[in-house]
Amino acid sequence: MSKTITIDGQVIPFEEGQTIMEAATEAGVYIPHLCHHPEYTPHGSCKLCNVNVNGRTCSACTFPAMEGQQILNDAKDINEERKKITQMLFVEGNHFCPSCEKTGNCQLQAVAYHLNMLDDHFPLFYPHRELDASHAEVLIDHNRCIFCTLCVRASQQKDGKDVFAISGRGINKHLIINAESGLLKDSELEATDQAAHVCPTGAILIKRTGYQVPIGERIYDHTQIDQVSLNSENIQHDN
Amino acid sequence: MTTKIRVATTSLAGCFGCHMSFLDIDERMLQLAEVVEFDRSPITDIEHCTNCDIGLIEGGVCNSENVHVLREFRKNCKILVAVGACAINGGLPAMRNFIPLEECLNEAYINGIGVENAQIPSDPELPLLLDKVRPIHEVVKIDYFLPGCPPSADVFWKFLTDLIEGREPSLSYELVHYD
Repeated sequence: MSKTITIDGQVIPFEEGQTIMEAATEAGVYIPHLCHHPEYTPHGSCKLCNVNVNGRTCSACTFPAMEGQQILNDAKDINEERKKITQMLFVEGNHFCPSCEKTGNCQLQAVAYHLNMLDDHFPLFYPHRELDASHAEVLIDHNRCIFCTLCVRASQQKDGKDVFAISGRGINKHLIINAESGLLKDSELEATDQAAHVCPTGAILIKRTGYQVPIGERIYDHTQIDQVSLNSENIQHDN
Repeated sequence: MTTKIRVATTSLAGCFGCHMSFLDIDERMLQLAEVVEFDRSPITDIEHCTNCDIGLIEGGVCNSENVHVLREFRKNCKILVAVGACAINGGLPAMRNFIPLEECLNEAYINGIGVENAQIPSDPELPLLLDKVRPIHEVVKIDYFLPGCPPSADVFWKFLTDLIEGREPSLSYELVHYD
């Protein structure tokens, strides 16, 4: 008899060694996430996948599924907390959707839509962040980076390179590039690398492709991220 | 003596795009006019808003006049609504926040291409610029938010009809866009 966990009253089987996120995804249960990607080692940093496991809050992407766990996921108070986290992600960077190429294909925006986030609630930071357009084919806009480390992990684990890292702490945290100049053009990054395609926001973009699909016809313009995420778990790294 | 619902609207640091989108409710404006009367608004040319039920604010605050108008709206409107991306997060005008104000003014009025008789405008009647453009929820309490650049006509319609008919306003997935 296979082992099971219970998410919002639904009994879900799991294999030994699976995380709650993996078991949920296989069973067609969506748990909001941004820094999680099934192809990479879990990071557990964005905290959007917080669920309540036997009365305690845990990150579903890192917490192992264990026999008999009673888990709350799609609950009002948990989603309210997720909305607050998403609002904090918005105010801590510079996320101006109307002028972003990624709008409509952006997972940060899509999670916010999913949570029916209508405002930023908090005062905005307007941090001063740079844009690196030095590379011939790939652009980095640090204004939109949410430090999910997907590009870091993709570069290390899939591309066999080590192009990205996170440096600094707290409000000084920032994405750095492995090159003496610190510029993308002097790194090993190529436009075909997974690291160049895995960004959930508009921080890493492939140049000259941003408007190939018109605004209004993009992934999340009409379909919620839970459907997109479950149907293609997962989102094949492209826009 | 009127029993109509009084609505005031204004654009602060905005482009009037949200107002244009509001007008896109087209013939539904006639339906709206049966139950709504406009107070201060570009439609009426009334200079100061008086007691209103609903205030719609487009744009963020970029100068001292914006702050005064916003406070006047808050004081006089039972329900105050942030309309559009700029009111909610500063939007496009807030992109000047990363450049010191003096540099912005120099670029526009001193060093700009084709500028003649270069001088930074300083007439006392001109409102002073704030050092940064801010969203309106940082200045006054906001009751509802309508995201979008602009929010579609259907967003205005859904929101106002919900409110007027006594329902808690809610926007479906299709109506929520930040772009």
